[in-house]
Amino acid sequence: MTTALEKYYHKINNLKSEEMILNMGPQHPSTHGVLRLELITDGEIVVEVIPHLGYLHRCFEKHCESLTYPQIIPYTDRMDYLASMNNNHAFVMGVERMLGIDKDIPRRVEYIRVLVCELNRIASHLIAIGTYGIDIGAFTPFLWCFRDREHIMNLLEWASGARMLYNYLWVGGLFYDLPVGFEERCKEFIDYFKPKMVELNELLTHNKIFIDRTANVGVLPLDVAINYGVSGPMLRGSGLKYDLRRIDEYSVYPEIEFDIPIGKGEMGSVGDCWDRYKVRVDEVEQSVKIIEQCLERLTKELKRDKEFDPRAKLPRKCTPKAQDFYVRAENPKGELGFYFIADGKREIPFRVKSRGPSFNNLSVLPEIAKGCMIADLIAILGSTDIVLGEVDR
Amino acid sequence: MDFTEIKRLLIEKFGEDVIVNEQTEGLQPSLTIRPELIADVCLELRDNEKTYFDFLSCLSGVDYGVEQQKMGVVYHLASIPYKKQLTLKVEKEFDRSSDSLPSFPTVSNVWRTADWHEREAYDLLGIDFEGHPDLRRILLPDDWEGHPLRKDYKTAAEYKGIKIDY
Repeated sequence: MTTALEKYYHKINNLKSEEMILNMGPQHPSTHGVLRLELITDGEIVVEVIPHLGYLHRCFEKHCESLTYPQIIPYTDRMDYLASMNNNHAFVMGVERMLGIDKDIPRRVEYIRVLVCELNRIASHLIAIGTYGIDIGAFTPFLWCFRDREHIMNLLEWASGARMLYNYLWVGGLFYDLPVGFEERCKEFIDYFKPKMVELNELLTHNKIFIDRTANVGVLPLDVAINYGVSGPMLRGSGLKYDLRRIDEYSVYPEIEFDIPIGKGEMGSVGDCWDRYKVRVDEVEQSVKIIEQCLERLTKELKRDKEFDPRAKLPRKCTPKAQDFYVRAENPKGELGFYFIADGKREIPFRVKSRGPSFNNLSVLPEIAKGCMIADLIAILGSTDIVLGEVDR
Repeated sequence: MDFTEIKRLLIEKFGEDVIVNEQTEGLQPSLTIRPELIADVCLELRDNEKTYFDFLSCLSGVDYGVEQQKMGVVYHLASIPYKKQLTLKVEKEFDRSSDSLPSFPTVSNVWRTADWHEREAYDLLGIDFEGHPDLRRILLPDDWEGHPLRKDYKTAAEYKGIKIDY
């Protein structure tokens, strides 16, 4: 037994007389997957949280060491399975840059990529918003969010053939062009969806009970957030305008207009649960704006034509030069990174490390949950919006 | 501050031999730092007003293969105010036949991000981090034997008497 393990058991076995161990999970519904939180409690107060991960570990990195680059794409789907398109996007971008073909990708392909990624971002945020409501006791928003998400699922299924795990973005192109009539139906969806967001805001965002449960709860100060490597809506909820779509200016994002919403502490203090929730709601609106601009261009100057082949630029052989490369992109949950080491001889990577946003966002939980109530812990965990498929990989 | 300026800054501060090696030919240049100094170098890069690498994007343990006999850790730093990125590496000779683990100083007291990432590197690659507050396995069970991401890892035939079929 190592000394760290001994220290852990010593702590667990030598509690003060007023303290008690409480296990939350692995099958607790509010953990959004299989996560076990070991709580040391003093009455209703959480003294310490010890997260135990790994229940969903599927050896992603080990698998990568025996698969070619295009074969890994379906595995990235299964990391953050609520935002598969965004995972695909980060991964193929990295491989394309290593191959040096990132400048040759047709613009229609890039716009389709951004379009489907933003649709997926909305779907992911809808889950975050809906399940957050249900964590706190609001059942209706959950059903409404799932109803609207279903339309996105249908659209993406129409394009890729799969409901959740798409494998749609390929290295150098796409699986297929968008089906005929996709742009029109997507436009219809946007027209349908906009008033639904207004309804949702009335129902949940400005709900008195919801605000009481989330405002001033789980405040995450900005310096702590940065030090813990927190990213995405959680970091922006703490009041920093930091979005990799703007910082790195990858794909066609520089040509698209959108704002970066941040937490302002409208209902309590900056960086509380309500701020994190609100950033997601605002981001859905921004994604709608991005989708409208993409549709505009995809139906006008980048209109579909018979000659267009999304697989035209697929590399025959995916063998990058010997190098190591770190790529990062903005996932709905935060900064998704892949670190590749290529040896230049084989078509399979020497090493792939993935940096999941949920993994880092979860690591801050023991820090901000210290001294809160057990019921508030659920609110804090829900507001971090983790997906265990990515935490455990 | 660009790559060469950062290099000059580190040499001024820590002496000529702080940088063991550098790779500049790839898309992302990187510096290989002397392993004993990595924590001090990281602290300096984080706190110096001219560099301000306040965000640790990623920390990866790497096994460089059975022939190479070396293990390493790669740090991907990002600076939020300057919008810059930097890659640092440390490497150590490592004899696979010995029981001891290759060991590097922890950077978890510089960025708390490193806490879980170092636990992951310990878990999957068997890299020890000196001074880490809580170096337990993170993804695998506490009683797992071996470190799966090592290149010479043999898949376990059974776990607690349960046969594993492949």
